[in-house]
Amino acid sequence: MFLALRELRFARSRFALMAAVVALIAVLMVLLSGLSSGLVNDGVSGLRRLPVTAFAFADGTRADGAFSRSVIDSGQVEAWRGQPGVEAAEPFGNTLVNAHSGAGAPIDLALFGVRPGSFLDPVPAGGTRLGGEDGIVVSSTLLDAGLRLGDTVTVDRLGVELTVVGATADQRTFGHVDVAYLPLDTWRRIHNAADGEATAVAIKARAGAAPDLAAGDAAAGTTSMTLADAFATSPGYTAETSTLTLIQVFLYAISALVVGAFFTVWTIHRTHELAVLRAIGASRAYLLRDGLAQALLILVAACGTGVLAGVGVGALVADGDVPFALETPAVLTAAGLLITLGLLGAATAIVRIAAVNPLAALGAQR
Amino acid sequence: MTLDTTTRTGLHLAGVTLRLGDGDDTVTALDEVSLTVAPGELVAVVGPSGAGKSSLLAVAGGLTVPDEGSNTVDGNDLAAMKPAARTAYRRQHIGFVFQSGNLIPALTAIDQLRLIHHLHRRRAEPREAEQRLADVGMAGKAHRRPHQLSGGERQRVGIARALMGGPSLLLADEPTAALDRARSHEVVELLARETRRAGVATVMVTHDTDVLRHCDRVVEMVDGKLSG
Repeated sequence: MFLALRELRFARSRFALMAAVVALIAVLMVLLSGLSSGLVNDGVSGLRRLPVTAFAFADGTRADGAFSRSVIDSGQVEAWRGQPGVEAAEPFGNTLVNAHSGAGAPIDLALFGVRPGSFLDPVPAGGTRLGGEDGIVVSSTLLDAGLRLGDTVTVDRLGVELTVVGATADQRTFGHVDVAYLPLDTWRRIHNAADGEATAVAIKARAGAAPDLAAGDAAAGTTSMTLADAFATSPGYTAETSTLTLIQVFLYAISALVVGAFFTVWTIHRTHELAVLRAIGASRAYLLRDGLAQALLILVAACGTGVLAGVGVGALVADGDVPFALETPAVLTAAGLLITLGLLGAATAIVRIAAVNPLAALGAQR
Repeated sequence: MTLDTTTRTGLHLAGVTLRLGDGDDTVTALDEVSLTVAPGELVAVVGPSGAGKSSLLAVAGGLTVPDEGSNTVDGNDLAAMKPAARTAYRRQHIGFVFQSGNLIPALTAIDQLRLIHHLHRRRAEPREAEQRLADVGMAGKAHRRPHQLSGGERQRVGIARALMGGPSLLLADEPTAALDRARSHEVVELLARETRRAGVATVMVTHDTDVLRHCDRVVEMVDGKLSG
């Protein structure tokens, strides 16, 4: 690092320019990461926080829109309860409805119909659990939006009145709509479902066991998918996540190209100096190590600065209506990838050092 | 490879031939060149451009390997060494003085010398770099970078750098090319003085016949052949 540090100090304006570009990319990566996590939370946090191993839908149901199309009956639930490795199987209802608050404010709700007292029945952070026919436990985000415990919510057209009896501690949304848990019988009334009908069978595996989903499907006449696979049933989830992933991939590639291009120009600019160093006895390994250490220093400093700035901007964005959630593992992964790919870009440029001929140090090149 | 560094015998080029590609043709840059330079001796190599002077330095310094002949420094045959071993030998036993100094732009004068210790990966002798700079009259400008030095000062730093670590062989490539007459004399006088003081075998390639009086011996190179 003898040379690397001194060159960084000597050509600081050039390195600062490159570091600024990487830092800006890091800011963008943090914002995209936050947006991605926010959209995922908005799309599937309601499902993710259910203590469910898998869902079994009506036979032949495709992932796309499974919760809106599938109908199962009590016989299928019973069939799943008898499967090896299954601790519990419960009917689960899921319907998106339009409603309005007592003050007349429109509210979209994802109604999760669950049997009170079952493993799907949420434990609220405030208020009481499901019990009465018209009681609902809502996502904490609805409280943030102004709804209060004891408020009445009326389902549009049907006129069914529901009372907010509890709220969860965290965000629970499905397809960007706030979740409201309600008794399964009330859900059937709203959904116009027959007695015993539900949207899917919610399956909970025994600790350490992995139920044979194919065998269960054969026995119950269902099509099951794991909880993670069921995320794709959330409206727009796959399109949103794949779009953001594509943008992130492009950013990583751009970052590697920018760093690679800078170090290519820098290495070419230093060719004669490198030839002198080779002539006076610097080994290729020494020069390669020095060059990579220089790139690593810049990338770590630039990414660190960019991530801090991104977290600051993200904190401002998160207070608004934008679905944004900064999650430490996601941010650290993004920063790690940025540094790794940047280093890879730099490495492809720096290997040119190995080809520098010390003979070029002789003569009148400088 | 075990290197014999206990005794200094200087540079011995014997029957060295070097052929270089020139488009579709091959040019004989060095044609059975033999040269011996004893420790403490300064030998000047003169001759027209393209005569093979730089090729002679390249072979003597182990920057390239001759097609025929041998090149030994203190009895160690550089041509027989593997490239990595030759680089290591160059680092430890051969000093280069280039045109215009060829100093590293990012390094101060003192760091140009400390770099050599760093390349050697050994603990620096306390104040060796400072002493070397003082020896060439540059103690007062130790913290200046190359662009803050005159041409003559850059060459003085270049000579000090080349002498760091106590080399057996010093190779100077047109060290006065960018200097005026007075500075040229100063630099070659310094080179001659340090050659004798350090007991190093020195080969200086030059076009500048004015400075030859400082040299112990002058040989002429024409069309790859050595005479004189």
